[in-house]
Amino acid sequence: MAETWQLVIFWLLAVIIIGSAIRVVTTGNLVHAALYLVGTLMGAAALYLLLLAEFIAWVQVLVYVGAIVVLMLFGLMLTRAPIGKGEFDNNQRPLAGVVALAVFVVSSAILVDAFEGKEINLSTAADPSVEALGEAIFSTYVLPFEVVSVLLLAALVGAIVLARKD
Amino acid sequence: MPVTYILVLSALLFSIGVYGVLARANAVLILLSIELMLNSVNINLVAFSAMLQESGIPGQVFALFVITVAAAEVGIGLAIVILIFRNRSSVDVDEMSLMKW
Amino acid sequence: MTDLILAAAEAGATRDGFFTQYMWLVPLLPFVSSAAIAFTGRRVPSKGHVFGILAIAAAFALSVAGFVDLATDAKPVEQSATWFQLGDVIGPAEQGPVLVEENVEGGGPGTGFEIGFGIHYDFFAALMFVVVTGISLMVHIYSTGYMHGDARYTWFFSVLSLFTGSMLFMVAADNLLQLLVGWELVGICSYFLIGHYWEEKENSSAAIKAFITTRVGDIGMMFGIFALFLIAGTFNIAELNHAAEAGLIGGIGLTIACLLLFAGPIGKSAQFPLHVWLPDAMAGPTPVSALIHAATMVVAGIYLVGRTLPLFEAAGVALDVVAVVASITMIIAAVLATLQDDIKKVLAYSTISQLGYMMAALGVGAFTAGIFHLFTHAVFKALLFLGAGSLIHAVHSNNMSEMGGMRKFMPHTYKTFIIGSLALAGIFPLAGFWSKDEILGSALRRALEGHWSAWVVFVVAMVTAFLTALYMTRACIKTFFGEFRGHGRPHESPGSMVTPLWILAGLSVVVGFLGIPVIGPFADWITLPGEEHPAFSLGYNLILPGVTLLSAGAAIYIGYLMFYAGKITINLIGGPFEWLYRFVENKYYLDDIYLGGVVRPVQYPLARAAYWTNQHILDGVVNGTAAATLSAARGTYERIDQGAIDFMVNGAAGITDRSGGLLRYIQSGNIQRYAAVLFAAVAIFVALLALT
Repeated sequence: MAETWQLVIFWLLAVIIIGSAIRVVTTGNLVHAALYLVGTLMGAAALYLLLLAEFIAWVQVLVYVGAIVVLMLFGLMLTRAPIGKGEFDNNQRPLAGVVALAVFVVSSAILVDAFEGKEINLSTAADPSVEALGEAIFSTYVLPFEVVSVLLLAALVGAIVLARKD
Repeated sequence: MPVTYILVLSALLFSIGVYGVLARANAVLILLSIELMLNSVNINLVAFSAMLQESGIPGQVFALFVITVAAAEVGIGLAIVILIFRNRSSVDVDEMSLMKW
Repeated sequence: MTDLILAAAEAGATRDGFFTQYMWLVPLLPFVSSAAIAFTGRRVPSKGHVFGILAIAAAFALSVAGFVDLATDAKPVEQSATWFQLGDVIGPAEQGPVLVEENVEGGGPGTGFEIGFGIHYDFFAALMFVVVTGISLMVHIYSTGYMHGDARYTWFFSVLSLFTGSMLFMVAADNLLQLLVGWELVGICSYFLIGHYWEEKENSSAAIKAFITTRVGDIGMMFGIFALFLIAGTFNIAELNHAAEAGLIGGIGLTIACLLLFAGPIGKSAQFPLHVWLPDAMAGPTPVSALIHAATMVVAGIYLVGRTLPLFEAAGVALDVVAVVASITMIIAAVLATLQDDIKKVLAYSTISQLGYMMAALGVGAFTAGIFHLFTHAVFKALLFLGAGSLIHAVHSNNMSEMGGMRKFMPHTYKTFIIGSLALAGIFPLAGFWSKDEILGSALRRALEGHWSAWVVFVVAMVTAFLTALYMTRACIKTFFGEFRGHGRPHESPGSMVTPLWILAGLSVVVGFLGIPVIGPFADWITLPGEEHPAFSLGYNLILPGVTLLSAGAAIYIGYLMFYAGKITINLIGGPFEWLYRFVENKYYLDDIYLGGVVRPVQYPLARAAYWTNQHILDGVVNGTAAATLSAARGTYERIDQGAIDFMVNGAAGITDRSGGLLRYIQSGNIQRYAAVLFAAVAIFVALLALT
């Protein structure tokens, strides 16, 4: 019973995610594209919740939706994005379609072939607590954590340097 | 549920992101498509983490890091786009083909 | 050790000579000077004669030094080097008798042989060295005067040196093949020198006649050498002699081989019937006649027979044949000499006759006597020829009918010529006396031992001695006495020509004393192992010389009566013996026989056939080859080079060019294009990796 509900919710979320994603790459309105991206990201966050990764879900909402998309919108604004519909596709759409299709076919074929039969058992899965996550980050993965921090610092500095008006 | 559903989902999302990267002419839209690709990777990681149960913590850790890196990358990317816009008054990548034959 | 060295050791030669080690230089120096003159002579002020004279003088000095070395008890020298070897050689050639014995006892020649070259230097060779280089030196000095102003002066001296070197090379040979090489070389040099004035057809014809006639003899000689090899298995002369003496080879095979071998000396040393070239060879310049046709080349045959005398002695009949042929030669030539007008022809026939003397001496086994006569004859015949040259130079004519009374105009020439004539006639105490009497004595001794051929030799030699004195008297009277019958006013020759005359005249007087029987050193030097030199005997050493001296004196007196005083005239023309006179006058019709019987049948049909073959077959092959090569080359050029290879090269370049032109469009500058390619490549690679 529970599985059935899980599947239904999953399919629902999948539709939302994919639909929004497709609109991101096909819409003619720049701001709409950003907003559709919000849809995709929210859908992904909901999926994380389904998969018992609450912390990640909320981080996703905070960072991705709250920061990154806002940043994108700022970028659109600063680059004088045209308001309303416009033509934003370059002339290699067929090639892009073919390549994307090829990538999808290849990667899904490999993934399906590799993980055939594996199941995610959400009923019996234990809730990985935030505490465990925090422990893992700050003990086993402290080095990548520090590196990523430095990376953020570099990005920060770099962005300021690049965007300065001198 | 079978994990392959989520994997196929993420593969689909990834390929849509690829399409967006290749087919869009506006630089900011390209950055948006890149976010799609990064998200598909995150979905994969979290799915595996759920599949492996207790020992799947690294999946979530890694997903966290990916989000962080994505943030950094977007910051820099937009800084570059703005710089380009300042110099050329346009962010259409089709026009940025100086290094052609 | 070979018998040579053993025999010499027995005779007391014990030490290693100082100069004898360097005797290989003696043939080498003239060859070097010949090349030097040929290449640089024209640019040198002396026009080359300085090289020649220096080289020959050095060679002469070395030869004398070597001879003195041998005379003072140095060991004879044999040095040899192997050129190449065919098949298996049983033992090194230096082991001499081993090779031959094994060959002969095994029933046939060995399966292989060695061809080498080397020097065999003993008294005989040493004497020849001295004679050749000495006479050559005199002739060189003489020629600087005689050939002065000649257009081919440099070439003349080059060939003179070449000839000297070749003669020395031949003399020094230790094997028959090397001797053959030297033999042929002197033949070709003789051809060059006889034909020096080749602008006159008769001179070049004379040169060809000399060459072809000697060639006929040479062919026999070559077969003789091969035959000797077949029966003895070696070319080395010392080994052959040893084999003959030891009785290892003999019989009919050896006889035939020796007779064939003798064909060469018949040609080269102008014996009957191949003597016909020598009178015509007088067409060459007189110094050439003096050097080649008096003293050196013609004695090559004598040298060969002397060297291989043990072979002839072991071959029985061969030696008799030698004696008879020589005797015939002696007499017919002497008769002809009495009838010539051309002074050089007189001397030429005299030379043939004296060569007959030497060959006859060898034919009776008198090695020492024959070689002694060779030695003395070289000296006075060279003198006579150079004197004749001096006369010709003054009168510009060879004929005695245009001379006469020359003693008033050319005293030096006159005196030296008289000395030479007396020496030739055999008047005591000049050189010819001693050498002729040695021969006569040996012939008589041998005849009394029972050899029939020696009787022939003895009788003929006595008659010839008479005739010799007669014709020389005639020549001298006609030339130097009486009234001058020519044109202009002749004068004496320059010092460069007169000096050698006096040197040779002096030598003619003294060299005879070297060979005085019993006490003279010559017999110690030049002798075969086993030859006997009898002690003083009244009959041989007093009576016989006395008889010959009387006959020579009588001949001189008769000649005086006939040609000076005119008291005796023999007028055969119109008389019953006219046919005899004509027969002799036409040189026994030998020349006509050869011309009609040998030359003409060969010349026309064979020559025409050879010409046709040459033009059609040989030239056809050559031209055809050339045409084929040409078309092959053209085809290669056009089709292969231009068509195929250039096509490929140009094509490769064109492909590269065009593909480059196409490929550059990849660099579109469009990042998304690059990204598309990137993703596509990733997809393909992953698919491939997954599938394999």
